[in-house]
Amino acid sequence: MNKEKLSVYEECLKKGVSRRDFLKFCTAMTAMMGLESTGVAQVVEALEKKSRLPVIWLHFQECTCCSESFVRTSHPILATLLFDQISLDYDETLMAASGEQAEKSMHDTMEKYKGEYILMVEGAIPTGNEAYCCIGGRSAKQIAEEAAANAKAVIAWGNCAVSGCVQAAHPNPTGAKPAKKIIKNKPIINVQGCPPIAEVMAGVVVHLLTFGTIPQLDSLGRPKAFYSRRVHDTCYRRANFDAGLFVQSFDDENAKKGYCLYKIGCRGPSTYNACGIIKWNEGVSYPIQSGHPCLGCSEEGFWDNSPFYKRKPALNAFGIEATADQIGLALGAATAVGIAAHAVATNIRKKDLIENEVE
Amino acid sequence: MNTRDKNLVGVYVWELPVRIFHWINALCIVVLCVTGFLIGDPLAIMSGNEAYFSYWFGVVRMIHFITAFAFLFNFAFRIYWGFAGNKYAGWKNFIPYRKAQWKELFEVLQVDIMMIKKKPVESIGHNAMASFIYFALFWAFALQCLTGFGLYAQMSKSFLPHLFVWVVPLFGGDLMVRYIHHILMWFFILFALVHVYLVFYHDYIERRGVTSSIIGGWKFIEEDVLAEDDAKEKKGEAI
Repeated sequence: MNKEKLSVYEECLKKGVSRRDFLKFCTAMTAMMGLESTGVAQVVEALEKKSRLPVIWLHFQECTCCSESFVRTSHPILATLLFDQISLDYDETLMAASGEQAEKSMHDTMEKYKGEYILMVEGAIPTGNEAYCCIGGRSAKQIAEEAAANAKAVIAWGNCAVSGCVQAAHPNPTGAKPAKKIIKNKPIINVQGCPPIAEVMAGVVVHLLTFGTIPQLDSLGRPKAFYSRRVHDTCYRRANFDAGLFVQSFDDENAKKGYCLYKIGCRGPSTYNACGIIKWNEGVSYPIQSGHPCLGCSEEGFWDNSPFYKRKPALNAFGIEATADQIGLALGAATAVGIAAHAVATNIRKKDLIENEVE
Repeated sequence: MNTRDKNLVGVYVWELPVRIFHWINALCIVVLCVTGFLIGDPLAIMSGNEAYFSYWFGVVRMIHFITAFAFLFNFAFRIYWGFAGNKYAGWKNFIPYRKAQWKELFEVLQVDIMMIKKKPVESIGHNAMASFIYFALFWAFALQCLTGFGLYAQMSKSFLPHLFVWVVPLFGGDLMVRYIHHILMWFFILFALVHVYLVFYHDYIERRGVTSSIIGGWKFIEEDVLAEDDAKEKKGEAI
């Protein structure tokens, strides 16, 4: 049990990470979390002194892309941090144990670290018929409720756990619901995105380790450090938007010139995320930089706002797919016809009134 | 010479503030719809220029936002005038909380819309149907202001838009709020069509000068209708 007393830093040294790399990591994380430069010392001190953060990571209705994103982080220390240090006491996908051993591991953690462990949820929870997602003979809802009861805080990873993602998209056959609808009376950190950016996930974990408190959240429960600005406002193509220079189709001259993707459905103007700043894969690129419009994957119900490559969301009214503008135009035309008919009828029906005059 | 067989009396119905409100509002709605349409679906401009040289889309958005402020304050003023203005502008006209209003509403439906009844509806200001539609319109105004300023709040550091920061979380995200904002625009367009037609219709059959009343403020009301209205008011029954 000696291992548990090692601090994050000691653990890193054991893994062969140099002090220099450790400090680089702390500096990068401090910058990422939006702390001032003196915050580096705080982060270093915390990671030097604090030991493991007990974690239960639950997988429900999801594709594991959040975990995938996390393991592909650019900082090797992060992997250490998560897999050895914050020590996943329970994670169906990554743990070595299985079956009853795994179940036991989870219960041990829940007992031993009562009120201390962090519950991380990846995936939505079915409520229509709870049997849609069962692990070890119990439903996702039961497991989540039990695990949350004595958790210190809850982190909802990704769009599934935050707002249901594709499972909760219309018609939502399993009645999938996000963590916030199931887990009550616990602070929930909503780390949005499909998946969230690896560095953002790391930033949230480091914040928890460093300060022992949940980071400042916006009105939708997302960490402000990463989700307070729209993709649109940090987009390097923004100047083209203001100048009215738009890509019309994926293969036109304007696309080649790198104009704004607004007209081919970019959701940047209504999406809050750090893609434009932190980017993906060690800051290599992000969708817009690669010429693809933002899908708005860190917003609630983004699947239901199809088609992705058009500005106008489609309405499934009367079984016919149409945009609000098409329906509006049709109603306008119907109104015009109604007005014309009424005008004609007026001249017939109100003849007395109209001719009510004396010579 | 053709003349009407009834004696008409001039009644000052729409006070100057109401008329100013009406025209500022009309202008704002036209500007907001046009710029709103452009923002939703910008014109296709194929240009070889660098973005540095132009800012037209930025200008369109700026006009939309400035007009939105004008629209909001104008609307707020009209609510105030619903308490300060004359009886034709008062809030009591718009909220259908009395039986007489509902009765007149169905009368208007039968007389002016379905045209199955001949007896004219004798209201001096708005008739009950018009008032009811304006009541709905005011809600649409409010919702449009809420969704619009809710979307704007994130871009602004100033006090007023920040009063609306709670709107976006209420609907779950910008996408939904933008959608509601877009759909409501169509309500304004449809309203404007019907509104202008009905003004012409009433002027055509009633000849009370309803079209010019929103410019000069005066309507011409039949002597007996006015007398009856006065009598009702004395008894405290008037709408």
